[in-house]
Amino acid sequence: MSVLIFIDQSEGQIKKSSLEAITYGAAVAKQLNTTAEGIVLGTVADDNVAALGKYGVQKIHHITNEVLNHVDAQLYAKLIADTATANGAGVVIISHNQTGKAIAGRVSARLKAGLVAGAIALPDTTNGFVVKKSVFSGKAFANVNITSAIKIISLNPNSFHVTQAEGTAEVITVTASIAEPKVKVTAVNKVSGEVPLTEAEIVVSGGRGLKGPEHWGILEDLAKTLHAATACSRPVADAHWRPHHEHVGQTGVQIAPNLYIAIGISGAIQHLAGVNRSKVMVVINKDPEAPFFKAADYGIVGDAFEVVPKLTEEIKKLKSA
Amino acid sequence: MKILVCISKTPDTTSKIAFKDGNTKFEEAGVQWIINPYDEWYSLVRAIELKEKDAATVIHLITVGGADCDPVIRKALALGGDEAIRVNADSSDSFYIASQIAAIAKEYDLVFTGKETIDYNGSSIGAIVAELMDAPYISLATKFELNGTTAVVNREIEGGEEVNEVALPAVVSCQKGVAEQRIPNMRGIMAARTKPLKVVEPVTVETLTSIVNFELPPAKAGVKLVPADNVAELVRLLHEEAKAI
Ligand SMILES: Cc1cc2nc3c(=O)[nH]c(=O)nc-3n(C[C@H](O)[C@H](O)[C@H](O)COP(=O)(O)OP(=O)(O)OC[C@H]3O[C@@H](n4cnc5c(N)ncnc54)[C@H](O)[C@@H]3O)c2cc1C
Repeated sequence: MSVLIFIDQSEGQIKKSSLEAITYGAAVAKQLNTTAEGIVLGTVADDNVAALGKYGVQKIHHITNEVLNHVDAQLYAKLIADTATANGAGVVIISHNQTGKAIAGRVSARLKAGLVAGAIALPDTTNGFVVKKSVFSGKAFANVNITSAIKIISLNPNSFHVTQAEGTAEVITVTASIAEPKVKVTAVNKVSGEVPLTEAEIVVSGGRGLKGPEHWGILEDLAKTLHAATACSRPVADAHWRPHHEHVGQTGVQIAPNLYIAIGISGAIQHLAGVNRSKVMVVINKDPEAPFFKAADYGIVGDAFEVVPKLTEEIKKLKSA
Repeated sequence: MKILVCISKTPDTTSKIAFKDGNTKFEEAGVQWIINPYDEWYSLVRAIELKEKDAATVIHLITVGGADCDPVIRKALALGGDEAIRVNADSSDSFYIASQIAAIAKEYDLVFTGKETIDYNGSSIGAIVAELMDAPYISLATKFELNGTTAVVNREIEGGEEVNEVALPAVVSCQKGVAEQRIPNMRGIMAARTKPLKVVEPVTVETLTSIVNFELPPAKAGVKLVPADNVAELVRLLHEEAKAI
């Protein structure tokens, strides 16, 4: 009864969310006194696959067919489920990132395995197999017991810290016979150079208080200085000041960075729902009555146009010290 | 073209989240129920737009839940759709719910779900339904077009977007971009009263998960305010105290 971790790759690179899944899966395996195995699909250099051993995975099934360089949910789910069955996996770990959302449910249906989607902590096995997940868009947590023989956990990004030690994984390379994908991908458009929002350690976010898209420069300077991703409130995305994928909140992206800096955002309940799992929250708002001050850890009551450039300067000083 | 739109009932976004019975049940007192925003704003409205382009399109709505879902499904019918089906079962297990939908979805060309529900945030129903139908699942769609019986869909992937082409039947989960929110009009509200709402009994399926209990996040210690003319102090606190930078 091993633990099988799906290790997601893009252009041969392993994503941070997958490293989190490996660390998490290795911890689950340890808890259950069993081995942690991984599955990698598509082209990744052998050395890079073996090197994942340092995150705690002992054995990796690497299915190298080139057609897998593109995520096809149906093909992926079949290969993950087949590998789980062939190797007697009792627990399957998948990241709850965009790829995971496309495949975890499919794997669950194939294996008739209960799924906790969006887990944020290790399972509690003292009485069943209980996994904590975020519900009500971050306003609460639910402890969910998986009652099926095989269990699937999709892990929320930024919920589990990546740790590494010495170690190399044994790699079993296979080519599988794979059906023709039913979905044809006709265009791919990757945003390069930006830190993906759900993976970012630090997020700098702007609201209607910034008055217009032309004022985002001060926010971007701050984000660049902190190597942070940028986000925004819903009205900002609705007004097309910023792209939709930056909209955080209950009806946008839900994030859990180490540090969330909210600039000119009032802190409406729907906004807070998407960001209140951030470890540290800072608010900059000129209205001392803004609800965000009730949710934040640190705050400055002041004009963003004065405070933010100063903040960037001070951080630059710190970084060069 | 037959479209099945999955509708879920969720607490209004301003609802105070609280629990009862030793934190094992959601406290429903005082909660306003709405159509899950992703189901309403994006998948339902897109289905209605498709019908406006091609009158031969049939839209059915489906929900899995008790009779307390009826007002919400009537509200959805007021926006559009020809009839609704309610599978009379109450469960929080995504495999169970998806199995109920899949049992009915097999007769449709296209199944729409929202990206996720704003209560359980599983984002998994569409994928399970698709697997049970042996159909493709296009997750997190941001744009949806029909070209005969081929769907052309933009969808969110890790770090960007891609365009997919897929022959129907297919399951698609919808989010921002697919359509724009609409407000139901008086005629729609009147019409919804007489549209069929069929109640069917669930198929027998086991549940694979169960909720043990709920927790609320720990209360915050309170905000530390730093004067606007002392930004350096904020940086010091973030560095030394919070260790966040
Ligand atoms: C069903 C539903 C779902 C929703 N989902 C979301 C969601 O997912 N995400 C989301 O963000 N919202 C969501 N909302 C909207 C939400 O209720 C708020 O309207 C929204 O978050 C407000 O955005 P804001 O804080 O940018 O703007 P405002 O509320 O207008 O706040 C602007 C803030 O900027 C401050 N300000 C102004 N000028 C300055 C200055 N010079 N310097 C510093 N501060 C300044 C003001 O004091 C104010 O607090 C949803 C609403 C509904 C009804």
